[in-house]
Amino acid sequence: MKSSSRRSFLKIAGLAALGIGAGPTIKAFGTIGGHGALQPEASFKKGEKAMEAKQWAMVVDTRKIKSEADIRPMVEACHQIHNVPDQPIDRHAIKWIWPEEFHNAFPGLQSQFISEKIENTSFPVLCNHCENPPCVRVCPTKATFKREEDGIVMMDMHRCIGCRFCMAACPFGARSFNFRDPEPFIKNVNKEYPRRMKGVVEKCNFCAERLAVGKLPACVEASNGILTFGNLYDPQSEVRKLIREHNTIRRKIHLGTKPTIYYII
Amino acid sequence: MPKNKKELYNKKGVIAGIVIFAFIAALPFLINLGKAAPAPELVLTSKAKEAKECVRSKEFIKREHMQLLDEWRDTVVRDAKRIYVNPQGKEFNMSLSNTCLDCHSNKTDFCDRCHDYASVSPYCWDCHIDNPKEMKR
Repeated sequence: MKSSSRRSFLKIAGLAALGIGAGPTIKAFGTIGGHGALQPEASFKKGEKAMEAKQWAMVVDTRKIKSEADIRPMVEACHQIHNVPDQPIDRHAIKWIWPEEFHNAFPGLQSQFISEKIENTSFPVLCNHCENPPCVRVCPTKATFKREEDGIVMMDMHRCIGCRFCMAACPFGARSFNFRDPEPFIKNVNKEYPRRMKGVVEKCNFCAERLAVGKLPACVEASNGILTFGNLYDPQSEVRKLIREHNTIRRKIHLGTKPTIYYII
Repeated sequence: MPKNKKELYNKKGVIAGIVIFAFIAALPFLINLGKAAPAPELVLTSKAKEAKECVRSKEFIKREHMQLLDEWRDTVVRDAKRIYVNPQGKEFNMSLSNTCLDCHSNKTDFCDRCHDYASVSPYCWDCHIDNPKEMKR
């Protein structure tokens, strides 16, 4: 009698526990996809002025660059609108677009003797928005990805965990890590664009937020004709016209990342 | 001592201990008895008042604004779609910085009140810039 009552007690206790657990579980199953169900009629669309391309690309006409001073307006325009901090210590520097010397921008292409002009000019370098981006392959959280829509290598800052695999993978040094909170180092804050927090990687986004409202990237606007922007897969586009008419080089093409920034030398 | 008799040893001490423990455990409840924090009252900016309705109904926003923002972020960043069409057919730029915080520019009197009440501390404003005058960090 005694042992059977213990047995029946355990049975009832087990059933009761099951019952307590079952309620919320059933409820939870009921609400899966509930957020979608709660907003059935809302929808998303592109802006009317949004510019579209299969793959955005840029042509840099380096013949028009006289000195580094020609590149500075592009850097300033970009860093101003994207709240890129001006870190005082070089190893903390955040760079979206910056000037680089020929032998750094195009290692392996420099002959022993080289034209004086090329040796003394700076070249604007930025994220190449590669068609085969190694940074995307290594990202463990899919925080960085190649956008199907327009080929921009984008970042979702909310997902970046700051592992810096992408920085190791990028052969162009186009990514910077926020070792420090950038906030105190942003001089003129642009409230329309978010800043970043400590511990995330950031880089050029080809001004995706400007393309969405029909504006050209900020650096292109500030470049005084040095930069040209357009759809790489439209044979009639400005960039394709320039590529057709001039001999262009790209950075480190032997690595197979298929960069989309072309340089007219 | 009879075999079956069960006896509580140190009766006095044990019972006193239980009572003291129960009292201490109940202390936070006793202290806060009848002092429930009132539901927060939100202050709307004149711009928000003028607009009358948010991108969605008040109830929806109250309950689901975090899911909405999450969906907005994914759609903007990953699908390159930046316009939100609400059930009334009205269009909005999907942007926390430029749409939400443009109307609700009073973080301390709006966002913080509910977040403090619910004891949550979202870090939206680390990056999405509110009025710098209200920054308290």
